[in-house]
Amino acid sequence: MPDVDPRIEGLRTEALAALASASDEAGLEQWRITFFGRQDGRVSALLRSIRDVPADQRAAFGAAANAVKVELEGALEARQEGLKSAALKALTTEAALDVTLPGRPQPLGRLHPVTQTMRDCLTAFQEMGFRVAEGPEVEWARYNFDAARIPEDHPARDMWDTIWVNTLIDGERNMLLRTHTTPNQVRVMERTPEPPVRVVVPGKCYRQEATDATHEWMLTQIEGLAVDEGVRMTDLKGVLYGWARKMFGADRKIIFHHSYFPFVEPGVEMAIDCFICRGSGSACHTCHGTGWIEILGAGMVHPEIIENAGYDSSKVTGFAFGLGVERVALLRWGIEDIRNFYANDLRFLSQF
Amino acid sequence: MKLSLNWLREFVDVDMPVPELARLLIDATAEVESWETIGANWEPDKIRVARVLSVEPHPNADRLRLVTVDAGSGTQQVVCGAPNVAAGQNVAFASEGARLRDGHTGEATVLKLRPIRGVESAGMVLSEKELGLSEEHEGILVLPDDAVVGRPLVEVLGDVVFDISTWANRADLLGVLGFGRETAALTGKALREPDRTYSESGRNVEELVSVTIDAPDLCRRFTASVIEGVTIGPSPQWMQERLKKAGMRPINNVVDITNYVMLETGQPLHAFDHDLVRGKQIVARRAIPGEKLVTLDGIEREFDGEMLLICDGGGPVGIAGIMGGGNSEVSESTNNVLLEVANFRAGSIRRTSTHLKLRTEASLRFEKGIGPEMAEYAQRRALHLFEQLTGGKVAKGLVDVYPGKQPRPTIVVEDERIARVLGIQVPVEDVRRILTDLGFVCHFVPPGNYSVQPPDWRPDVEIADDVIEDIGRIYGYDKLPATMLRGMLPVPEPNPLMDLRENVRDLAVAAGFQEVITYTLTEKAKLERVVSPADAARMSPLDVVNPVAAQHTYLRTTLRSSVLDTYAANRRHAETGLRLFEIGLEYLPTEADLPHERPVLCAILGGPRETRWGRPGPERLDFFDAKGAVEAIFDHLGIRVTFAPRAEFGLLEGHTAEVLAGKEPLGLVAQVHPETAAAFDIDEPVFLVELWLEDMVRHLPERPEYLAPSKFPEVRQDLALVLDGATPAGRVLEIVRSHRSGGVRIRADVFDEYRGPGVPDGKKSLALRLRFQAEDRTLTDNDVAKIQQGLVVRLGKEIGAVLRGG
Repeated sequence: MPDVDPRIEGLRTEALAALASASDEAGLEQWRITFFGRQDGRVSALLRSIRDVPADQRAAFGAAANAVKVELEGALEARQEGLKSAALKALTTEAALDVTLPGRPQPLGRLHPVTQTMRDCLTAFQEMGFRVAEGPEVEWARYNFDAARIPEDHPARDMWDTIWVNTLIDGERNMLLRTHTTPNQVRVMERTPEPPVRVVVPGKCYRQEATDATHEWMLTQIEGLAVDEGVRMTDLKGVLYGWARKMFGADRKIIFHHSYFPFVEPGVEMAIDCFICRGSGSACHTCHGTGWIEILGAGMVHPEIIENAGYDSSKVTGFAFGLGVERVALLRWGIEDIRNFYANDLRFLSQF
Repeated sequence: MKLSLNWLREFVDVDMPVPELARLLIDATAEVESWETIGANWEPDKIRVARVLSVEPHPNADRLRLVTVDAGSGTQQVVCGAPNVAAGQNVAFASEGARLRDGHTGEATVLKLRPIRGVESAGMVLSEKELGLSEEHEGILVLPDDAVVGRPLVEVLGDVVFDISTWANRADLLGVLGFGRETAALTGKALREPDRTYSESGRNVEELVSVTIDAPDLCRRFTASVIEGVTIGPSPQWMQERLKKAGMRPINNVVDITNYVMLETGQPLHAFDHDLVRGKQIVARRAIPGEKLVTLDGIEREFDGEMLLICDGGGPVGIAGIMGGGNSEVSESTNNVLLEVANFRAGSIRRTSTHLKLRTEASLRFEKGIGPEMAEYAQRRALHLFEQLTGGKVAKGLVDVYPGKQPRPTIVVEDERIARVLGIQVPVEDVRRILTDLGFVCHFVPPGNYSVQPPDWRPDVEIADDVIEDIGRIYGYDKLPATMLRGMLPVPEPNPLMDLRENVRDLAVAAGFQEVITYTLTEKAKLERVVSPADAARMSPLDVVNPVAAQHTYLRTTLRSSVLDTYAANRRHAETGLRLFEIGLEYLPTEADLPHERPVLCAILGGPRETRWGRPGPERLDFFDAKGAVEAIFDHLGIRVTFAPRAEFGLLEGHTAEVLAGKEPLGLVAQVHPETAAAFDIDEPVFLVELWLEDMVRHLPERPEYLAPSKFPEVRQDLALVLDGATPAGRVLEIVRSHRSGGVRIRADVFDEYRGPGVPDGKKSLALRLRFQAEDRTLTDNDVAKIQQGLVVRLGKEIGAVLRGG
């Protein structure tokens, strides 16, 4: 067995040294072209030179040259792997991010807190089978008052300080900004020939009154109305209980107490137990030490209103309620001043 | 209504703590707002009842006296400056350490004894102000003669005064007796009614006065009596105290009795000086229009023909149910009193007091509706007190003109109805007990009916459900369980406009806009800044008669001014760009009808674009930010829209586009005219989006147009065209998108616009990305080349476009 051709060993040594000094992708590529280029790569040339080797040495030369080729190819691959893993390693070390730097700002808007609260309330009622209807904000006095059993010379009108629209129709001032969503009880029943009725009516209402931390002249109400054979006051309690727990927590308690609204009989106000002081604080600003927070007015629809809708009030009963969305928003987020809502200061709005 | 607990206790025993009573009343009767404890600070051993034994001059001071008192533990000497102190009086006496109010400043203080002008003082005789009872500090408080010397003052004068809002239909709760009855029903205690007995020791009343009712529709009952030989003087201490606690000023025994009985029963009364009643006759009649009377408050008032007056033989002496006249007023020299207790129609009193802007304790009660039987009740109660307290003789009999007398109504309440309304069964014995305690006559008629007569003082009870409310509130709403609604769900009523509005609201938020809600009433001048003078409807907004403030007088006919105002107000706090929107209503006047309430989205954006660090960058938000938001919204809704230039008041021409679905405009994208922006104190370019929801809803697809992703690859090709600088890119896209060739769909987008070197003057270059797609095959390069060739030829023919470099 003659010695391996010294050219082969020389090439091997040279190539391995060159590979070791190639420190990046470009260097490796350059190395590959130098040694394995199709035309004049030196390993390719070596393999081609077998033609010039005497026939008796060809087998040995071929085997040796091929072994070097395989070895160098493997070395290249290993070197590539090494570089890749070193680069990945570097990503996790020198090139590691300061993850506490701020993210790139994304434009993302927000809903007004009153809209959010309104939607949450509506969703709660929709889950109980109520559908959403709407009615006009500028309203006739006969819907806002007379049809709700609040005649002109009745002191109950004092419960709603009215903003009147400056129009005279047939000499009468009878257009106003609705003071409550109650007129929609009548409007919805008018267009529903037969019970059942089960609606919630959201919308803006207006009151001619001075503004302070708990009063706004423009406010948002949700009116609820369920009319059918077999609608009971206990159902009113059930629906409002469901809503209160959804809005203020599953452990909420509610109570009804007597109230008066001309369009319901019996009339009640609902309070929830104070979730701020849990009934313990006489200094509590939310419940004023009573342990209860007044939250909405409700009652059983007056039989006269049921009759006026064309339903038989001896069989058909109903309940109605009206809640102030701003008040719910104030309570759920502990906001002190209702005037924040319509001041539209983004420093306030962007927190909800 | 101020309710004294001591007064209430005259009618019913109350042995529960005050907060518990308050809770009971809130739950079942009326809104207890708060209560004040009188004498909360009066320690029993430091403030007591004392008797003044003697009063001597002070040796060193003219205006001070030395007073010897007995406070139950021997005599003591005090220095006192009060002018009214006199031997024999019972007074409130404080010893060292008592907690008081300062007589001058009214501030809380603790009594420290020191010699006054050289004389030791063992304590202090107190004024009402020092006790915190009133502002009275002219003299000391004199206690009733029967007060027990040495007794803690808190036991004599201590009280709790509730501040209660009562409901608009319950005149009976504007009387202490009404609360007595409610409390009795709520606690099961017995009610003690006030004494209404007296002896008729005078002449026959018919000889003294006659009464005629000319307007029986406004005056249902008029009772009158005469008390002869009264001695006018102060009313007794106890009566004065109760009046004061109720917020009324004691005047004299006659007037005080009328006020006292009103506060007790809820029924107003009026006393005339009988000698000043001309012709000894009283007529209740409508005013002659223009008729006048000077009322007790000294103001001359003029009446219209619907106002009810009380007149004597010479003319008006009072406004029925509201206020008496000065011409017949009880005074120091009054000897004989004519006492009127009448019943007037609630609506009439309400109307008159509203028109005259004159609200009185009497009108507040009458307007709520009082049962006519209460007139006689209060009359007899007052006569009892007149006999006891004025020394007068009560005439025999009552003048009682009662044209409005009706039989007591009977209401049938079905037991089944109680359950139908309340949702629970209330046992028969509870129903009977509750109604009887409240003064109803109630018979149970088996098997399931109650026959019920409401009491005289409850004209608010008209129908069975009114009775059911009384049953429910006294029985206790806490006994109602929470149940679920039963029965069928109503048929859904689709409301696509509302759905669209909420959808658009979410999309605007997703596009980076903050929602605002602004007042819907504004100033006309602000509307005029943004509304074209030619827009007749929007230039004549509806106004309101009684705005809360001048800047909230007009119902807005556009949202633009409100949102621009909000932008301006927030601009100074914000470093980077702002994107705001509101969805609200325009109120467009309609002849003789309610206005058209038109829902609109209005958005404003502007300011520097944020850098990677959230800082204001060199670029500003611009028209294409606004347009991009609009495109995203419409794309999401599935409405195909195009944009075309438009001129519009308040918006910058050449920078304003309308959003079109076919030929119908659905909204606007524009730069607000810099002069308009400046009018809102905005000094940077701002851009407006307005979307008209009612117009949009008509173009909503029923469902999204949907194409299955093709199995065949699309071929992408870029195309650079040179064309006339004035030709809109939209025109190019329109042609490309409409180009059809062998069932191949072409989608196209513009990705660059260029003017400058390499492109001739007046021309521009547009770069288009085209995407070719066939549904049935893979397109070859050759296919695409052919289609593109045809397209370029068409573009050349239709708009003179040529391939750049071609």
